[in-house]
Amino acid sequence: MSNMDMSVDICGVKLKNPVMTASGTFGSGVEFSDFVDLNRLGAVVVKGVAAKPWKGNPAPRIAEVYGGMLNSVGLQNPGVDWFIENDIPFLRRFDTKIIVNVCGHSIEEYTDVVKKLRGRDIDLLELNISCPNVSEGGMSFGTEPEMAKKVVSEVKKYADKPLIVKLTPNVTDITVIAKAVKEGGADALSLINTLTGMKIDIYRRKPVLHRKIGGMSGPAVKPVALRMVWQVCKAVDLPVIGMGGISNAEDALEFIMAGATGVSLGTANFIDPMATVKTIDGIEKFMREQNISNLSEIRGIID
Amino acid sequence: MKKTETAKVVSNKRITDGIFDLTLECPQLSVMAKAGQFIELYPDNGANLLSRPISICEAGENTLRLVFQVVGKGTDIFSKLETGSGVRVLGTCGNGYELKNGSALLVGGGIGVPPLYETAKQLIKKGIDVTVVLGFRSGCFLNDEFEKLGAKVYIATDDGSVGFKGNVVDLIKAKGLKADNVYSCGPKIMLKFLALYCEEQGMDVQVSMEERMACGIGACVGCVVKIKDEAAEDGWTYKKVCKDGPVFDSKAVIWE
Repeated sequence: MSNMDMSVDICGVKLKNPVMTASGTFGSGVEFSDFVDLNRLGAVVVKGVAAKPWKGNPAPRIAEVYGGMLNSVGLQNPGVDWFIENDIPFLRRFDTKIIVNVCGHSIEEYTDVVKKLRGRDIDLLELNISCPNVSEGGMSFGTEPEMAKKVVSEVKKYADKPLIVKLTPNVTDITVIAKAVKEGGADALSLINTLTGMKIDIYRRKPVLHRKIGGMSGPAVKPVALRMVWQVCKAVDLPVIGMGGISNAEDALEFIMAGATGVSLGTANFIDPMATVKTIDGIEKFMREQNISNLSEIRGIID
Repeated sequence: MKKTETAKVVSNKRITDGIFDLTLECPQLSVMAKAGQFIELYPDNGANLLSRPISICEAGENTLRLVFQVVGKGTDIFSKLETGSGVRVLGTCGNGYELKNGSALLVGGGIGVPPLYETAKQLIKKGIDVTVVLGFRSGCFLNDEFEKLGAKVYIATDDGSVGFKGNVVDLIKAKGLKADNVYSCGPKIMLKFLALYCEEQGMDVQVSMEERMACGIGACVGCVVKIKDEAAEDGWTYKKVCKDGPVFDSKAVIWE
C-alpha cells in the first residue's frame, strides 16, 4: 500500500514509527550504532540522566531469570552536563527523536536536570519516578499518588518540552497513579518500569544481586505489562508508551491494540541488538498484509 | 566495530572435567579478534535469553577457538553443541591485552588460562620471551600447548596433583620469576595478590577481570568494577568490564 503511514504523534512530536528504546537498555545509542541504523528508530529514549554523576550500585548488578533478567544497576550515569555535551550532539547526527529520561533522589534534583535541559535540542522528557534500584527517590515517588502528583507538578514548572511520566508496576492499582500524575500535569505516560524481583544462588546461599533485590524485565513480564497498559489506556486520556517484555512486532502490535501510541523495546536489545529494526520491519509487514494504512486503525481496539 | 553472525560449530570436545574446547567458524568475528578479547554466545533456548561472555583462546583466519567451563545453563548448552550446528555470536568485545615489548610473564588461574594462549602466541610471534604460570585447583589443561608454542611453563595446583602445591603467587615467589610485563586472567582474589606482589617487584601488570553481564557491548552498565579516577569526587568510578575492560592496568583497580 503506497499511502501506508507508520508515524505516530506524541504530544505534538511526530515519530516516524512507534518503535523506541526503553531507557537504560540502549545507552544513548552509541553502543548500538554498530548494529542499528539509528535513523530508523521512532525515538531513542536515553539512559537516565541525573543532575550530577551517579555511581550506581556495587556488582553483581545482573542476574538471569527464566525468560528475563534482574538488574540493580541503580542508574549509574555521568550526569546532565556530560549528557548535554556528548550525547545530544551524537544523537542529533541521526534523524530520530530524542527522549531524555530524567532521574533524581529528590524533587530538587529532578528539577535541576529539567532546568539544565531547558532550551536544549531534545524532543521530549521522560520523568523516571519508578526505578526500583535507588534507595531515595526513584520508585518511592511513583508509588504514592499524592507524592507522584507533586513531583510531576514541580517538574512541569520548569519543563519546556512535553513531559512523559514513567510508571512503576509495583503498586496495587496503576490507574490510580496514572490519574494522579495526569492531575499533576503529565502530558503522556510510559509503562511499565521493572517489577521488583529476586534470585538466590543456592550453592553460595546468597542472593545473586549485591543489592539482594532488583528489577525484573524481559519477555516473561510481557503479559503483566500488557494488562497494565490496557488498564491505563482505558482509565486515562493521555498518550501511552507501552513497554515491558516487548521483543518483536507481534508483541508491539498487542500493545498498540491495547491502546499504546508508542512502544519501547528494552531487554530485547540485549537478546538481539537488531531487535528494534526487526520490530519496525515486522509492523510494516503486518500493516501491508492486513491492509492497515495507519496504526490509528488498530490502536486501542480492545475494549 | 562489532558484528553478529551465526557461527558454525567446527568441533566441540571435552578436554577435562567440565572444560570444553569449542571451535567456531565465524569469519566476520575472527578477522577482528585480538588477544584478551571475548565474544558473546547466545543460548537461544527460549528461557536463558542473555548472551554469555567467553574469552577467545585462539584466533584462526576464519575460526575462533573457545575453551570454556560449564558453570550454568548457558555453558551447559554450549557444551552440547554438535559439529555442523549453528550458534549465534556477537563480537569481538572488550579491549584485549596491550602487547608490549619486553619479557612477558603470563599468569592464569583456572578458566582464566585460555585467553592467555592467543596472548602467548602473539607475543612469541613478536619474538618476545614468554614464561607462563598456570594455576588450577586440581589437574591441568592447555599446558602442553603452551609448551609447544615455545613458552616456559610452570604449573601450580591447590592439591599438589600437578606441579607446585600452592597458588600461582607463591610459585612465582618460590621460583623468583620476573619479567617486564605481566599479563593475567583469573579469579579476582588471584589477580589481587598477583598485582600486589608484582607491583612491589616493579613489574607492570595487566589484569583481565570478570563480572556478570547482560549485553556485552557497554549499554546495560551491569558489569562494573571499581577503577581509580582522579576526576571523580571520591577518586574512583565504576568502569564496565565489557567495554572499558576486560583488561585493566592493575594499578588502576581498587581491590576489595
